[in-house]
Amino acid sequence: MNNLIPLLVVIPMGVAFAIPLAVRMNPRLGELLSILTALTLLVISLFLPSQEIIYHIGNWPTPDGIDLRVDGLSKLMLLIISGLALVVGIYSVGFIRQFTGHYRYYTLLMLMVTGMNGVVLSGDLFNLYIFVEIATIASYALVAFGGEHEDLEASFKYAVLGGLSSSVILIGIALVYGMTGTLNLTHLASRLDGHVLTPTLQFALALLFCGFGLKSALVPFHTWLPDAYPAAPAPISAILSGITSKAIGLYVLVRLLFNVFGITDDLLLLLRWSGGITMVVGALLALGQWNIKRLFAYSSVSQVGLIVLAFGFGTTAGIVGAIFHLVNHAVFKPLLFLNSGAIEIAAGTRDLRKMHGLRSTIPVTATTHMVGSLSIAGIPPFNGFWSKLIIVVAAVNAGFMGWASLVVLMSIVTLAYQLKVQTAAFFGSNTRSPEVTPSIATGSRSNAEPLFMAVPMIILAIGCGALSLLTLTGLDEPFFVASAAEVLMKGVFTW
Amino acid sequence: MSTEQVLGLYNYWIVIFLMMTGFYIVIARKNMIKTIIGLNIFQTSVFLLYITMGKVRDGEAPIIRPDAEPDVIYSNPLPSVLMLTAIVVGIATTALALALIVRIREDYGTVEEDKILILDRES
Repeated sequence: MNNLIPLLVVIPMGVAFAIPLAVRMNPRLGELLSILTALTLLVISLFLPSQEIIYHIGNWPTPDGIDLRVDGLSKLMLLIISGLALVVGIYSVGFIRQFTGHYRYYTLLMLMVTGMNGVVLSGDLFNLYIFVEIATIASYALVAFGGEHEDLEASFKYAVLGGLSSSVILIGIALVYGMTGTLNLTHLASRLDGHVLTPTLQFALALLFCGFGLKSALVPFHTWLPDAYPAAPAPISAILSGITSKAIGLYVLVRLLFNVFGITDDLLLLLRWSGGITMVVGALLALGQWNIKRLFAYSSVSQVGLIVLAFGFGTTAGIVGAIFHLVNHAVFKPLLFLNSGAIEIAAGTRDLRKMHGLRSTIPVTATTHMVGSLSIAGIPPFNGFWSKLIIVVAAVNAGFMGWASLVVLMSIVTLAYQLKVQTAAFFGSNTRSPEVTPSIATGSRSNAEPLFMAVPMIILAIGCGALSLLTLTGLDEPFFVASAAEVLMKGVFTW
Repeated sequence: MSTEQVLGLYNYWIVIFLMMTGFYIVIARKNMIKTIIGLNIFQTSVFLLYITMGKVRDGEAPIIRPDAEPDVIYSNPLPSVLMLTAIVVGIATTALALALIVRIREDYGTVEEDKILILDRES
């Protein structure tokens, strides 16, 4: 079983480069290969054991060779990555036909999956950086995939800021390596364990925080996100917000802070404040948006802030809540973005002020969107309610009454901007938008939500309900989220 | 810190100078090509930081020779190896950004960010 671990990186990378060749035989092979790959990855990650495994590439012992590491947290991330890649792959079959050069799209998608899987599995700091770069460079290209003016501009902005943040991360890694003489995460943790960080290492940690903070779009490093997500095609926005920004940003940040450098009270304070500010700023900016995808983009900023805030409580309940919310966000936010793709095709615009009464045109989307909106706003019985409940309870138990009430307040703001989308897009009669000519379809149902697009939306909507069942094993430790939280709670890696 | 110590760290001064130059260009220049040049200078400074870090005082090139003395000191080869990979990553970013600039110029007829902003507002 352990020998399958490298395949999680090798398969998507091989497929990425096989797709351009395969489409010469049959143009449909691109979609087919990527869906099959995602399915294979999902099966492999399902069968990975939950306990910690370190795979030594080429059988070199730990500090000399390159390690891949699997534990509860990385298994959870792998499951989300491959699950979302599968859903997005199916959706793309229906959606991406409007663009030219489909196979490039699937190649880039597979490269992004390669990068994310690599980040999650990587056992040393430098390989982690390389995989982060594979994933981000693929995502720059995917953001520009539409080829419109604003897509190119957004992608350029993203590439420049991303390039800067990568260099900053690289300096951080250089300082860590210079001070400790190792890059292996386990080895590094054992060398740092029990020592107070020297000023140089503190500076390195600050650089890493800023670099990965930009990748996960924490305020004030969030400015690229509201341009990049709306510019990307809907399925790509879905996967970017659902998992990419978390796998290459948040995951690395949390992994480094909890498992390598060792969490301290000061760092928890930093997490709480940066998360809290991100949550409030994101939610308030979302409230004022009329572009549907930009609204969802700001909403992503806000939700990531909530997750970081919950990590900052530092208690088991807080971490369980944070990881559970991360899982939930990887279900309802992609759902909302996929819906926005269908809405855009049906209405011919992204401007909420110009669309009206779409319920009759796209009934499936209207229903799944209602589920997604209620879920993200934290309305029972959907999954968002449970994770927010755990977070609020964790905050109260840890004595952070102020943060607890802020989380509740921001939930209400979330409900407000989701209701704004609902009323503007779906309710009312379908007569107010004669001046808008739909770009692809003339509002006919079969074109706006073909089967390939409807099925993924329905799957994710069912997921919103089904994930609530995870809490059946008890609010303290929802099924399999607990084993991921346990990894973080155990503290630094032991040698 | 004495003058000698400050001068002894000259490699770090070069790195800091290059880094800040690159950073300034990225922030201050509106021309997209120049932004990318700035980004490259920034990246190069990081490469230099790594490579100078790998040098060990009195160390020679890390190649094992049969006739070498037993107590010979080698420089650390790992940072140079890491930077080979990082240079490839940097080239990938640059190539992608340049490709985007070509497309932007085809669409707008300019690569100046402020002019593009004006064109965006007009449309």
